[in-house]
Amino acid sequence: MSPGFLYFLETVLNGLMTGVMYSLVALGFVLIFKASGIFNFAQGVMALFAALTLVGLQTGQVPFSHLINAIFGTEFHHFGWTLPAFVAVVGTLVVMVAFAYLFEKLVLKHLVNQEPIILFMATIGLAYFLEGFGDLMWGADIKALDIGIPSGGSFWLEDVTREWATEGSDYFGMYIDKLDVVAALVAVALVLVLTLFSQYTATGRALRAVADDHQAAMSVGISLRNIWVIVWSIAGFVALVAGIMWGAKSGVQFSLSLIALKALPVLILGGFTSIPGAIVGGLIIGVGEKLAELYVGPFVGGAIENWFAYVVALVFLLFRPQGLFGEKIIERV
Amino acid sequence: MLYREAGDFKTTYVADMQTFPIRGERILFWLFVAFCFAVVPFFITGYWEKSILVPFLVWSMIALGLNILTGYCGQVSLGTGGFMAVGAFACYKLTTAFPELNIVLVIILSGAVTAGVGMLFGLPSLRIKGFYLAVATLAAQFFLVWCFNKFGWFYNYSASGQISMPTRTLFGVAVTGPDAPPWATYLVSLTFVFVFAWVARNLTRGRLGRSWMAMRDMDIAAQIMGISPFNAKLSAFAISSFYVGMGGAMFFAIYLGAAEVTEAFGIDKSFDALFMIIIGGLGSILGSFLGAAFIVVFPVFLKNVMVGGLGWSTDLAAHVEIMTVGALIIFFLIVEPHGLAQIWRLTKEKLRLWPFPY
Repeated sequence: MSPGFLYFLETVLNGLMTGVMYSLVALGFVLIFKASGIFNFAQGVMALFAALTLVGLQTGQVPFSHLINAIFGTEFHHFGWTLPAFVAVVGTLVVMVAFAYLFEKLVLKHLVNQEPIILFMATIGLAYFLEGFGDLMWGADIKALDIGIPSGGSFWLEDVTREWATEGSDYFGMYIDKLDVVAALVAVALVLVLTLFSQYTATGRALRAVADDHQAAMSVGISLRNIWVIVWSIAGFVALVAGIMWGAKSGVQFSLSLIALKALPVLILGGFTSIPGAIVGGLIIGVGEKLAELYVGPFVGGAIENWFAYVVALVFLLFRPQGLFGEKIIERV
Repeated sequence: MLYREAGDFKTTYVADMQTFPIRGERILFWLFVAFCFAVVPFFITGYWEKSILVPFLVWSMIALGLNILTGYCGQVSLGTGGFMAVGAFACYKLTTAFPELNIVLVIILSGAVTAGVGMLFGLPSLRIKGFYLAVATLAAQFFLVWCFNKFGWFYNYSASGQISMPTRTLFGVAVTGPDAPPWATYLVSLTFVFVFAWVARNLTRGRLGRSWMAMRDMDIAAQIMGISPFNAKLSAFAISSFYVGMGGAMFFAIYLGAAEVTEAFGIDKSFDALFMIIIGGLGSILGSFLGAAFIVVFPVFLKNVMVGGLGWSTDLAAHVEIMTVGALIIFFLIVEPHGLAQIWRLTKEKLRLWPFPY
């Protein structure tokens, strides 16, 4: 095979892997949108918050140490222990569920029946709040997240692909991060679990009922408020997974919350209401972005990754406003 | 209350459409305007100008623009920061290419340029609605900022990629640049905002404004009534962008003086503008001002309390600030989703009957 083709292949593969990461965030959006019709802008910040909490628990940071020190003039930052990764993950999950419960109790309950734009704004408010809260709780410095996921390139793959290349060409093998492969596997597992959960459990069925029709679901005795707590908890869980993956990839820092913005075009492509759509949309955006950077980027000065996805989504919208897998939009007066 | 109306005695449409139906209110309003124009300039200090009054006026202009689009026409836009950047860069290019051009004209022309760009990015709104449109406007935000960052022509190939405003004068007094006296920049901003708020008020209660509102309330019904969505939506995008562009030009030329595009016109600016109109009140001219005042003054106040009052470090204060702003937004949405303007309206309603509510 010629090196050009191998480069192409490598770009596509890496694009697919990045796409999976986008899909992870988009999944959380879709879950909440389906169940409550809320466009949850805070999903990215939730991922950041989950990752911060995980690292904080794992390294035994004292929550709010900054604030406490500022008020009481004390000087302590760490409890002095390190928790095993598994315990920290469970602890973070508990925090995310508690967060879901509180958010429903304090905010969502009062905003029932408001217009979607108001709910959307509330989640932007939540995003700001969580961002400040997370920084206040755990500090704003960049942290490394390590729970034992393998990372770095694979020598085996590099060796194999080098042999594929044409004799005498200067191709040094494919570079694919092991972390990305793990992320892809996790994403597949996550989708499987979520699908099974929503198809074969009573709670899952209730979730689907609520997604279909709020009022009908309520009339057969499904508690909307419980469902919302559950959905936000699941979204918190998905955020945690996304936070772990992105955190392990690029460190836990503020920019993590910006991946939420990257997930938006994914949603548009896939449709707001479709879980498979989130996955496929993520893959398309991931591949498209990388290929565009490789082939189109040089002509316009590079760094087009930032907006390319949006423009793709925009053009796509003109032809299919409901997304790839979204429900058909029917309008009545 | 100093004034109140005794009943509803309107007999003509003209009386019904009045902005200030009560004489007392009218007098108070003009007194307030006179105070702003004739008294404040004599007492204004550099601190008040730089950190409160001028940013408030500039943001009011931007909030007005966004309110026309989102509040009156119902099209959610997250591209405000990008359109502000268009205004700022148009202003920079115009004033450096034609140094003789009057600064007032430059700012208005920047608005016109932005209106064109806004219409271009408003085209998708003809096909898509709601959140889909919001995401589509994000494309404008990212694309425009990237554009101004990438192509040297926009920032005259300056080494730092920054644009900085040269000194421009109006009636012999510097209004931009480092030497501009506080009262001059204040008066220029105030005049702009006053004139264009008046225009906006009259636009929104006229034929155009009513077609926007019909579009917002139910687009299909509006179409059946003979309102062209093409005209209504694109005119909303154009006029809104005109305001936002002028706001962006003032933001850069009068307020900041020098700007770096990714920092000055990032996505957070889009959100700030959106917060302003939500907190102030969607579809309300007064709301744009109240919201702008809130979002501009509140962080200054918080910072003074925490850094000045309690002696906390600035990064800690920044975290608490962003958290409080977020919490307050949620609080406002829960307590009064129609914003401060609605609270003002309700207060007036109550006061009308006070102290004998039955």
